Amino acid sequence: MGYRRVAIIGAGMTKFVRFAQETGKELAYEASKMALDSAGLDLSQIDCVSVGSAPDAFDGVHMKGEYLADGSGGWGKPVMRNFVGGGTGVMNVIHGWHHVASGMFDTCLVVSEEKMSSAFPHPAGAFVTIFDHTTEQPIKPTLLWIFAIEMNRFMNAHGYTKRDIAQVAVKNKKNAIDHPCAQLPGEITVDDVLNSEVMAYPVNRLDVSPTSDGAAAVILAAEHVARRVCEKPVWIDGVGWALDTAYWCTRDLYYPDYVEVAARKAYEMAGIKEPSKEIHIAEPYDPFTYKELHHMEGLMLCKRGESVKLLNDGVTQRTGNLPICPSGGLLGVGNPISAAAVMKIIEIFLQLRGEAGKRQVPGKPTCGLAQAWGDLMQVGTVVVMRS
Amino acid sequence: MEITKEMVERTATALKLEDITKRKVLTTPWQPKVQYAWDDGPAIGRYLAELKNGRIIARTCRKCRRIMIPPRMFCELCWRPSDDWTFVKDTGVVNTFVISHVDWKAGRLDIKGGERPLTPAVIEIDGASAGMGILHMLDEVDPWQIKIGMKVQAVWKPQAERQGAITDIRYFKPLAPERKRGK
Repeated sequence: MGYRRVAIIGAGMTKFVRFAQETGKELAYEASKMALDSAGLDLSQIDCVSVGSAPDAFDGVHMKGEYLADGSGGWGKPVMRNFVGGGTGVMNVIHGWHHVASGMFDTCLVVSEEKMSSAFPHPAGAFVTIFDHTTEQPIKPTLLWIFAIEMNRFMNAHGYTKRDIAQVAVKNKKNAIDHPCAQLPGEITVDDVLNSEVMAYPVNRLDVSPTSDGAAAVILAAEHVARRVCEKPVWIDGVGWALDTAYWCTRDLYYPDYVEVAARKAYEMAGIKEPSKEIHIAEPYDPFTYKELHHMEGLMLCKRGESVKLLNDGVTQRTGNLPICPSGGLLGVGNPISAAAVMKIIEIFLQLRGEAGKRQVPGKPTCGLAQAWGDLMQVGTVVVMRS
Repeated sequence: MEITKEMVERTATALKLEDITKRKVLTTPWQPKVQYAWDDGPAIGRYLAELKNGRIIARTCRKCRRIMIPPRMFCELCWRPSDDWTFVKDTGVVNTFVISHVDWKAGRLDIKGGERPLTPAVIEIDGASAGMGILHMLDEVDPWQIKIGMKVQAVWKPQAERQGAITDIRYFKPLAPERKRGK
């Protein structure tokens, strides 16, 4: 093994809200301070800072990593920002892991922040430049289309219905009722989802996570430090990420190959042979309802075409055999892109420590997974954690 | 440690939309106006020039034997230069599609007022390798009658109006069956 073992030893996050009065730096400060306090460390004990933030176009702030650095405790320290679109949050933890696993630093503060509501009145327009400038932008595409395009292909490939998929929103928004930071928790029905406004068939309003502002942070430490300062370190036992080609129209979108590649790397590193049995709890990326199912299949937590059966059978409920998005996910807690995926890392951290409060899943899980996804339907980022 | 309501209470304060629109809070709006002139490169350059001629051109890779559209000067899978130009057809098959009630800025179309939903699709182009598609619009079809697997054909702008752009194809419309019904 050419790297050191790394643990998460502290976590903090802000509430996720629409139109936060606080600036991005202030949100980053709140999350970072809470994470430091929870680890019982002060800033002088932090060797480096990893900042994660998705497109600069949301905030209208260029060089957002540099902008966020001081709020993230980066003054006078080595700070590095990373970015892989929606996959950034989990990538940020992988990025921090590199800093510590390499032996270069003993501790790393990993901070993710997003203010999507700065792009006013709606951030969708800020996304147009992700599409190819010559062959796609003249068609005037919007971000919703790529999800609708992928969801339709996914439904068609497996014979899933909108009614099947709507259950993900019902489950996750209900789970979010117990999350103190949640933006859109609630008891809704499948019919509420189906009767909500059509955005871009097959995507209805309640299939979509909200526009959010928020920040989330974790503290990483090398094994010798973690064992000294932390009673219940949670180990990062596997990391993996992969990019697919940006020629997204020439891939079959029904299956996220790049998520599978990322997961295989993380599983190999963690010594996981049968993910559906060895992973006890998972937080796959759920910016849209179908994405949770799409990613469960890509992560090989079930066979291709069987995710809806697990959902129907209650397996993915908090009380089921494989709880999926017990936090409430992006659909319920909210979706400040990069911070949302660190929220998922934090959920697994708390669940494995038995500290998730009302959200705690039964059965004392010892192995969990968080995953994010992004760019032009092309990046998968995966972290496997053990208590 | 558990993250509790009390801990997060003061971390983020949610404003309401009307706090902003009714100017209950001070805001500094900025509407950037930026202009770019993008280079299209030799592959897309030829693609656009041929669109102006009313035909679709692809590139081939002799190693993986793919006929690639949009054309590219290197095969991203074999990681080598692509080899030859070849024309493909202006017909294809709907790989997947959307019935969109929103525009590119997430603004709502006036569907109740009779505005037609936008119907973008990935269209696998006949003559290119299986699964090779492009993003384009569908029209001259009831949006709710669109099916994955439907055969479609390009509707071109008249030659004089073509500019060497992807929009030289106005949209794709259903092939034969719809035409029969029309006549």
